[in-house]
Amino acid sequence: MGKARGKGMVGISQTPGPPLSAIRIQQLCKTYDGVAVVDGVDLEIASGEFFGLLGPNGAGKTTTLRMLLGMTPIDGGHVEVLGLPMPEGEREVRKRLGIVPQFDTLDPDFTVIENMRTYAAYFGLAGATVQARIDHLLGQVNLNDKRGARINALSGGMKRRLTLARALINEPEVVVLDEPTTGLDPQARHHLWRQLRQLRASGVTLVLTTHYMEEAQELCDRIAIIDHGRIIACDRPGRLIAEHIEPWVLTVGGPEAGTAIEQEIGHRDRAHQVADTWLVYTAEPDRLRERLRARGLEPTLREADLEDVFLKLTGHELRD
Amino acid sequence: MSDPTSTWLPRPSLRFVAVWRRNLLVWRKLLVPSMLGNFGEPILYLLAFGYGFGRLVGDLDGMSYMVFIASGIICSSAMFTASFEGMYSAYTRMAEQNTWLGMLATPLTLDDIVFAEAIWAASKGLISAITILVVASVLGLVSDARALLALPVIFLAAFTFGALALVITALARSYDFFLYYFTLAVTPMLLLSGVFFPLQELPDWVQTLALALPLAHVVEIVRPLMTGSWPTSIWPHLVVIVGYGAAAIILATALIRRRLLR
Ligand SMILES: Nc1ncnc2c1ncn2[C@@H]1O[C@H](COP(=O)(O)OP(=O)(O)O)[C@@H](O)[C@H]1O
Ligand SMILES: [Mg+2]
Repeated sequence: MGKARGKGMVGISQTPGPPLSAIRIQQLCKTYDGVAVVDGVDLEIASGEFFGLLGPNGAGKTTTLRMLLGMTPIDGGHVEVLGLPMPEGEREVRKRLGIVPQFDTLDPDFTVIENMRTYAAYFGLAGATVQARIDHLLGQVNLNDKRGARINALSGGMKRRLTLARALINEPEVVVLDEPTTGLDPQARHHLWRQLRQLRASGVTLVLTTHYMEEAQELCDRIAIIDHGRIIACDRPGRLIAEHIEPWVLTVGGPEAGTAIEQEIGHRDRAHQVADTWLVYTAEPDRLRERLRARGLEPTLREADLEDVFLKLTGHELRD
Repeated sequence: MSDPTSTWLPRPSLRFVAVWRRNLLVWRKLLVPSMLGNFGEPILYLLAFGYGFGRLVGDLDGMSYMVFIASGIICSSAMFTASFEGMYSAYTRMAEQNTWLGMLATPLTLDDIVFAEAIWAASKGLISAITILVVASVLGLVSDARALLALPVIFLAAFTFGALALVITALARSYDFFLYYFTLAVTPMLLLSGVFFPLQELPDWVQTLALALPLAHVVEIVRPLMTGSWPTSIWPHLVVIVGYGAAAIILATALIRRRLLR
């Protein structure tokens, strides 16, 4: 294995020692049917970092991850994972990676425990140590009493948990999760969050895609917002909010809201209509709130969050 | 990337064994129905044609018809079993269950997976051949130890048929697609390759056609071995079988890479 590497590679230094960046992506491009789906992405993810990739449907999150993992040919740019160039280093890289794909790939021909054992065998892992690790992981994701269950008998949440347990079988240095919580109920989501925080605490690098803003805000050290295949912002969650949006949001509903806001809004405020509700982004909410109240409206005030940044940067129109 | 052949030639690693074992484990769970389905039918053919026809036909090429047909069916059964595995079962794992996609999240590559599937198809072909060999021995149709030498040849042939089936799988959009291959390739080979009657009975051009396809060459090697003599020639036949196998595994790997790694 790995013998084929090292031939004809250019420009990527291979200094020994642990790389400071777990992942380094430069000018990454992918075109499908003439459309640039990933369009010049630069990213650097530090070792031990919890990194979030946010973007609307079709933004290019999965495609970016797939190129990172050697599951899709790279059309342009450079990708380095754990200091190894991709796709040349795919075997070595995937040996040290844990992957939770967007769609389930559990093996329906096997039970829960058989899924774990077979997956371990794909990594060349077998024997008593692996058995102990499987027991431990199944315990962690609360699936110990489902060991003999067939995959089709598991709920969606159980399948996701099993997929995570499976991805940890090789004690990965980097774990990549593509929308791991989509379709989960709040309990299941919080359970998963707890697990991810534990991984983070144990020094594992995590890369997560999601379109739940509070999830990204809650978990991630740093977030990149991607749209139409380009990174449009990349920073710590707090900094993204501070930099890209006014600190307060007033929400007003009702038929008169539109005209009232038009007349009362300050020249530095921004108003936005979503269905029959208006959002006003402002640095000075008190004055506007009083004026709207005086006109018989009932505005609610909250702090701006990541979702507001996201909507500002990616627009409010619907995506498929 | 600099060496152009390295990009399209399959480069499987020994890790393929893990994929092969995965299929073996699933097969073991369904041993009984799988045995009945795959091996019951050729044995029925053997008994029905052998006893039914045998009386009318008498001896063929200096052997009883039953012996003649047993040595043919062992080949065609390996072909059917390997083709079936390389199409319906492999397609299910590729397109319906995403089993291969799951494997791609591990150090396995598609080259490992496709190679493993071909070896697995070959293994199933071999298992079916062994079953028929046992039944034929019990019925007293095999008496020479040379019959065991037929098994490696059958394994090789089943690899070829499995790899050919994987080419079809790579192109298939649904299970219906496989009927074309069965109708246009598998069935003609079955009927024209000397399984049920000697190839020499057919018009010259049909013989030429039959010899352009792999099954006739398998029968040419396996029948003498099964019936206690040495084949008059081995290498020309092996070259055809290996040639088809090598071309098929290269093509199947390239097509499946193109299909799944987009
Ligand atoms: N294999 C493919 N063939 C053609 N188009 C694709 C393929 N995979 C993804 N796309 C397109 O690329 C765009 C980005 O997809 P994806 O990376 O899955 O987005 P995201 O994960 O952010 O929702 C979408 O418009 C999608 O339709
Ligand atoms: Mg996606």
